[in-house]
Amino acid sequence: MTAPALTSAIDVDSAPAQAHKSHNRTLAEELRKKVARAAQGGSERSRERHVSRGKLLPRERVERLLDPGSPFLEIGQLAANQMYGDEIPGAGLICGIGRVAGRQVMIVANDATVKGGTYYPMTVKKHLRAQEIAQENRLPCVYLVDSGGANLPHQSEVFPDRDHFGRIFFNQANMSALQIPQIACVMGSCTAGGAYVPAMSDETVIVRNQGTIFLAGPPLVEAATGEKISAEDLGGGDLHGKTSGVVDHLAENDEHALTIVRDIVSHLGKPHQPDVELQEPVAPKFDADDLYAIIPDDVRAPYDVHEVIARLVDGSEFHEFKSAYGKTLVCGFAHIWGMPVGILANNGVLFSESAQKGAHFIELAAQRGIPLLFLQNISGFMVGGKYEAEGIAKHGAKLVTAVATAQVPKITVVIGGSFGAGNYGMAGRAYSPRFLFTWPNARISVMGGEQAASVLATVHKDAADWTEEEAEAFKAPIREKYEAEGNPYFATARLWDDGVIDPAQTRDVLGLAFAATLNAPISQPPRFGVFRM
Amino acid sequence: MIQSLLIANRGEIACRIIRTARQMGIRTIAVYSDADAKAVHARMADEAVHIGPSPAAESYLIGDKILDAAKRTGADAIHPGYGFLSENADFAAAVQAAGLIWVGPNPDSIRAMGLKDAAKKLMQDAGVPVTPGYMGEDQSPERLAKEAETIGYPVLIKAVAGGGGKGMRKVDNADDFADMLQSCRREARASFGNEEVLLEKWITSPRHIEVQIFGDSHGNIVHLFERDCSLQRRHQKVIEEAPAPGMDAETRKAICDAAVRAAAAVDYVGAGTIEFIADASEGLKPDRIWFMEMNTRLQVEHPVTEEITGIDLVEWQLRAARGETLPRTQDQISINGHAVEARLYAEDPATGFLPSTGPLDHFDLPERDIRVDSGVEQGSVISPFYDPMIAKMIAHAASRDEAIDALKSALGRTAVWPVKSNAAFLYRALENDVFLAGDMTTALIEDAGDTLIPASDPGEDMLAEAARRLADARTPAGRQGLRGFRLNAPVRSEIMLQSGSETYPAPIAAAPADGVTAAAIGTETVLVTKAGQSFAIGLPRAGEGAAAGAGDGAILSPMPGKVIAIDVAEGDSVTAGQRLLVLEAMKMEHSMTAPFDGTVAALNVTEGGQVQVDAVLVRIEAPGA
Repeated sequence: MTAPALTSAIDVDSAPAQAHKSHNRTLAEELRKKVARAAQGGSERSRERHVSRGKLLPRERVERLLDPGSPFLEIGQLAANQMYGDEIPGAGLICGIGRVAGRQVMIVANDATVKGGTYYPMTVKKHLRAQEIAQENRLPCVYLVDSGGANLPHQSEVFPDRDHFGRIFFNQANMSALQIPQIACVMGSCTAGGAYVPAMSDETVIVRNQGTIFLAGPPLVEAATGEKISAEDLGGGDLHGKTSGVVDHLAENDEHALTIVRDIVSHLGKPHQPDVELQEPVAPKFDADDLYAIIPDDVRAPYDVHEVIARLVDGSEFHEFKSAYGKTLVCGFAHIWGMPVGILANNGVLFSESAQKGAHFIELAAQRGIPLLFLQNISGFMVGGKYEAEGIAKHGAKLVTAVATAQVPKITVVIGGSFGAGNYGMAGRAYSPRFLFTWPNARISVMGGEQAASVLATVHKDAADWTEEEAEAFKAPIREKYEAEGNPYFATARLWDDGVIDPAQTRDVLGLAFAATLNAPISQPPRFGVFRM
Repeated sequence: MIQSLLIANRGEIACRIIRTARQMGIRTIAVYSDADAKAVHARMADEAVHIGPSPAAESYLIGDKILDAAKRTGADAIHPGYGFLSENADFAAAVQAAGLIWVGPNPDSIRAMGLKDAAKKLMQDAGVPVTPGYMGEDQSPERLAKEAETIGYPVLIKAVAGGGGKGMRKVDNADDFADMLQSCRREARASFGNEEVLLEKWITSPRHIEVQIFGDSHGNIVHLFERDCSLQRRHQKVIEEAPAPGMDAETRKAICDAAVRAAAAVDYVGAGTIEFIADASEGLKPDRIWFMEMNTRLQVEHPVTEEITGIDLVEWQLRAARGETLPRTQDQISINGHAVEARLYAEDPATGFLPSTGPLDHFDLPERDIRVDSGVEQGSVISPFYDPMIAKMIAHAASRDEAIDALKSALGRTAVWPVKSNAAFLYRALENDVFLAGDMTTALIEDAGDTLIPASDPGEDMLAEAARRLADARTPAGRQGLRGFRLNAPVRSEIMLQSGSETYPAPIAAAPADGVTAAAIGTETVLVTKAGQSFAIGLPRAGEGAAAGAGDGAILSPMPGKVIAIDVAEGDSVTAGQRLLVLEAMKMEHSMTAPFDGTVAALNVTEGGQVQVDAVLVRIEAPGA
């Protein structure tokens, strides 16, 4: 496959570039610091207590489970960030995609050093999101279980609803039915509802004298029936390995258990072979670090998105589609880490032509079974009488229809603003892209804070009588609220994305994410909804 | 004429002989014991005859079986190799009596050299210098002092009945002689009830120098220069070389001439070696080299001579046996460069060089770079019945330094597993400064002590290379750049690895390290070799071995049945897999085995007793439990 290479017009040594660089580097460092803090898990005391019991820390469990040199694409690193009174780093769960015995799997590991690994509302959401990713991409699931179950004070937010705790087991059953292997390794508590994680798994390991599985723990049993029984006798490894048959493999310790899990994965049978033609990966011609110099320090400032594409795709080669038409949406084919992708990238406000071009391009990719990448930096569709009259709503709808119904894998990266219907047309979260990542400079809201404040001020009944100061006093808190809620950390804490990523790692993240999507067949032929003409 | 040759030997030397015989158009017949049924030599020969059970005393050492095999296969000559029957004069005579050609010296020469004292006398008479000493009936202090003076100080006074280091005195000068003699006799009387002593020249810096000689049946005898075999461990040669470092023309002429005289004295035919001991405290000097003994066979270390002279000694043996005259005269034989040989043994330097036996799952010698004489290959089994030498590695180069370097490089890459080898020990010996300077004595290896014993853990570079290979094996093509990717965090470049029962954190090497080689020996294990030392390094397989799935050591009855045999008693120590008892149930016999090493803490059954399902039959306790 051939395509011309993009060129770069950026002068990384220029003053504005340097200013961008220092701004964006600071953002990236901030991100790395937040992630490093979250990655530590619980307090030092609770980590020490965990280790003193002969248990590996959850992150170490993941590391030892992974193949040597395996990448690990973590999702929801900053889930629950600042959301609960006390810190629940990473929502008390480590989720991500890595290679085990040569195979990409989804790993879901409880962090018992964080509130005993109990499920907060965001823990449930993150667990379900990991399962959703696993199901969509047909990734075997490995659950490293060490959890006290639902967090009781939050029971109303974790227990009853559709997407609450019970959904975990619903997903396990349905993934198993779809031949997506479910493997549980019980390395600590696994109480009440949690007991169903191993029980609902295809193959299960437990660590002797450490893992326990029971529907009710010893105190509850005693309260209910008066029976006095130790945790180990009630639901320990020997009981479940030798008597109940709830588990299939008995391990001596964490290391042994992980060895057994690796063995299990090595026997899962043949994975799906990619439905796309792969080629030898080639590094881009331009340095990924240049992105720091390219991304403006103000999300509203325009810049040429070709500069970004040139730093993401193999050899910086880009076969651009309709480069002279609907130029505010750049479309074209390229490769990332050897995998073919069709790219849609905003280069300004969406006009009718750009939306039609985008819909056409998505049809092409779907026809050819080529995955799609959306680089989202959009303040919205063009507004105004002229545009409404020419039917921008129906043209936008074409793009939204194409995005919503194209069955090829879609991945979205919010590289700047994500406002209004632009978010829909560019595969925002509601459009179920397989993955959605956000850059630290991004802003996501129904509209910009300034516009929202202006709109709200305009429609206010007293607005006509306001002095300038009064108007400003009205607008300021709205702007602040939009700023706070449009912040990527606010979004990522609520799992509106799968993670905030360092722009310099974008190509690698995409490589791993697209590789994960290729574990599932790409459905053919494409079927779209009605395009309003 | 020799049309078919039976080789009454095994291993590398049998292969070595077959190779030359084949080149000469001679049919080869191998003999093999039970243990050698699949051995390389047996397969390599045109024909192979089974000669009995594995112990050499029941196969390779039984002359009648060899002769019978020769008869049955129509062999017309027998080559004994070295060891086994090679210096057995009676066997040589029996071969000749059976009308076959004996590829070796005539039985009388063997006999003459077999009796060490008589051989010394014979040599003395032939004008070959022998180690000065006195072992006479006159035990008067005056006579002994006089003899000591003649021998030259320092001398060693030794109780004739002595042993174990007792009754020995080293005397440095005449003034001390009388006192030392007295104390030695006192000790000898007390320890052995015999105060008779002998005197020997004390050799301060002994070096083992030997001369290869060759004779034909027409009275021609030539020498093929000397070899130095000073590097010995417990009198076992380890590294040999030719020519001897520091040998000057005068000394060489003296010993080579003496060697030819020695051979002439016994009308020697074929390949032989005259061993000398040299006092190298002031370098090699003609008047400081003395005859020790003669070996009437091809030596293990003959290849170094072959390398520097360009002569195939086995070919010469066969020609001499056929009655041909020697292919070259003395002045047609010269030294070309330098050759060094190392003997690769299946033994473990870490355990005091205990032989290491078992299957050679991995056996990789750099045969393209240097000469390797070996009788085994990957897949061979090293049996406990024979000498554990598995190969000889011989490097030949223009200079001694280059030859040593080439040999070292080859040894460094020698990978033997899971059988242990002494390659790392040899490698370290070749690095020894004294050896490199050519100043070694036979005490070098003992003096060097632990510096020659390889480390018991793999070094970081070996771990890093193992990590690199394992990571590569699991990385899809072209995706190396994603190795160790961690989101919003530095690349993870450290993994846990296991070698033996130890686990190690290991960095993943970016590129292969110098001098470290690796080969996959399993999905998740690589054999990493550096400086001749190999470690199987793999991803941790925790819980295996010791107590994997073994639980608490309680051996439960799998079903109701009857105990029909008990092999252990309470308090016995048992090893993993050892049978503890046999249970008869459902018309089947079930052997219950120990799940791990330990002791029998409880035995709850008696022979003939009935047991129920899940009854605890035996309880094994792990050490330290």
